[in-house]
Amino acid sequence: MKFLPGNPALRWAAVALIGLVLVALPFALSQVGTAWVRITNLAILFTLLALGLNIVVGFAGLLDLGYVAFYAVGAYVYALLASPHFGLHLPFWVILPIGAATAALFGLLLGAPTLKLRGDYLAIVTLGFGEIVRIFLNNLARPVNITNGPQGISGIDPFRIGSVSFAKTDTVFGVMVSGPMKYYWLLLLVLVAVIAINLRLQNSRIGRAWEAVREDEIAARAMGIDTTKIKLLAFAMGASFGGVAGGMFAAIQGFISPESFVLVESIMVVSMVVLGGMGNIWGVILGALLLSFAPEILRYTVEPLQKAAFGKMLVEPEVLRMLIFGFSLVLVMLFRPAGLLPSAVRRRELAARGEGELAERKA
Amino acid sequence: MDIFIQQLINGLTLGSVYAVVALGYTMVYGIIQLINFAHGELVMIGAMVAFTLIGVLAPTGMHPLVVVLVATGCSVPVCMLIGYAMERLAYRPLRRAPRLAPLITAIGVSIILQHLALLVWSRNNLAFPQIIKTESYHIGGATITNIQIAIMCMSLVMMAGLALLVYRTRLGTAMRATAQNAQVAGLMGIDINRMIAATFVIGAALAAVAGVMVGSYYGIAHYQMGALLGLKAFSAAVLGGIGNLPGAMLGGLLLGVVEALGAGYIGDLTGDVFGSNYQDVFAFLVLIAVLVFRPSGLLGERVGDRA
Repeated sequence: MKFLPGNPALRWAAVALIGLVLVALPFALSQVGTAWVRITNLAILFTLLALGLNIVVGFAGLLDLGYVAFYAVGAYVYALLASPHFGLHLPFWVILPIGAATAALFGLLLGAPTLKLRGDYLAIVTLGFGEIVRIFLNNLARPVNITNGPQGISGIDPFRIGSVSFAKTDTVFGVMVSGPMKYYWLLLLVLVAVIAINLRLQNSRIGRAWEAVREDEIAARAMGIDTTKIKLLAFAMGASFGGVAGGMFAAIQGFISPESFVLVESIMVVSMVVLGGMGNIWGVILGALLLSFAPEILRYTVEPLQKAAFGKMLVEPEVLRMLIFGFSLVLVMLFRPAGLLPSAVRRRELAARGEGELAERKA
Repeated sequence: MDIFIQQLINGLTLGSVYAVVALGYTMVYGIIQLINFAHGELVMIGAMVAFTLIGVLAPTGMHPLVVVLVATGCSVPVCMLIGYAMERLAYRPLRRAPRLAPLITAIGVSIILQHLALLVWSRNNLAFPQIIKTESYHIGGATITNIQIAIMCMSLVMMAGLALLVYRTRLGTAMRATAQNAQVAGLMGIDINRMIAATFVIGAALAAVAGVMVGSYYGIAHYQMGALLGLKAFSAAVLGGIGNLPGAMLGGLLLGVVEALGAGYIGDLTGDVFGSNYQDVFAFLVLIAVLVFRPSGLLGERVGDRA
């Protein structure tokens, strides 16, 4: 956290201030409209996903294009265990770990046969895996109705702690606290936990092993790293984060269907990681927030602008958003390959590579 | 047995389209080891351009065959141009970059092309005009249409033409040399950049024709039609051994047949637990199985662990 002041007292003050602002944020947002609290919640969910994928893509250097499958697994585990569909209503703190474990299991299932392959094959296989999961979710309505097919599962329980339901508005000491606000604080808590885990992971023995595998797999193996095992670990761990985010998504929305878990979502999360800076936690968070708020910002700027200029909508914001995704992927790779906020290691590498090439050319 | 022959015919038709698209993947992969994610979008754009032109030309009363030929003749150069631009702007600057970088730009290019197509042709399913009357012929208990015959013949002609180009001409020899060792090929006086661009352009031309074939076979064009088709064609290329031209042809035909037979029989084999709605799963299962048990594909050399 280099952007914080060095003086310890100032540092804590800064952290406390940021914390206070983040905790108070929903009150300010709900003044603008409760919709904005929901939008922020979804942005945090996507940040969680991006941080999970960052373990796989950023730390271990494995391009996973089917990440949304793990999100789907987490969401469906939650939906099946806490909805009228099977008549089960387990509490969320029981289901979320189950969802994380199931997603991790799926990660192992996908990783075990494919991690011996080269990076680009892996990308395609994960993409195919994501599609397979979606096709199964769409069709597992018969002969036994498990996923309810394309109609999806509705009436999913919200989170509940004791008698406090996250779906209802309560009044605490005369202050209105709406459902989305409660979810916001919970998500914030989870986000802080996930960031902490990621920061600790990055500089741990495992994190360094991932980095070694990413840089040079053969050299890493020569150093005594069990590369297959360490890559599987990255896959499973990334998947479990996706599972947790999926479970929370199901609870917040109250309804899920295979529609929510299409390839575009995977690509969106990849874009967030790439745009922000692969491997840099703060960069990934920045990328995730930028791209999650982009459609809303576009909706409020592009629509009126186009209507004013041409009298009608020429380019829908949704299409524009996808174009921005596409161009950001291409342009970032061409001009800023380490992302908006590159990780220190990446920056060093790229600088070294530039010098190396110069030297090569001179020689 | 009738079902078997029918599915075999359908499979071979679809398979020959896969084969033509797979050739594009395999050529690009052979020469610069890049999975060109955006290749499927070229198929889509080929179909879309042809769709527009057929719509414009059909009412003029020209002979339907001429209309289709003109439409194909226009969509081919459009796709070639896009293929060239793609290579020049998005892939060439990254040729020395880490492997992940061009792969990510490829995904970006694919999204861009899809959504530009959405802007031009809307997000609706476009009904591909059926200007050539479909005629059916009966073989045994199965039927084959003139469109299916045309697709298979066209694919055969294109594959033969490509084989001639790659194995019998100077350009082809230079391309193969570049694929084997670009640096040495450069020392022999081959303009590597031109060869790589040529590969993209030829692949794009094949993709455009494949687009017209798919469009007229299914009677539908859609801005996302290229994505799944591209994935399946890639699976076909891997099945045959990526980087290997005969492999791509074989892999395409095989994948088409596996898919058609799988979709035709899965219901009977599993007692109706799974139905033909799982058709799209087969390509991926084949892909995963090949990568696990024989990463080099049916006809390929072992390249599985080149980092």
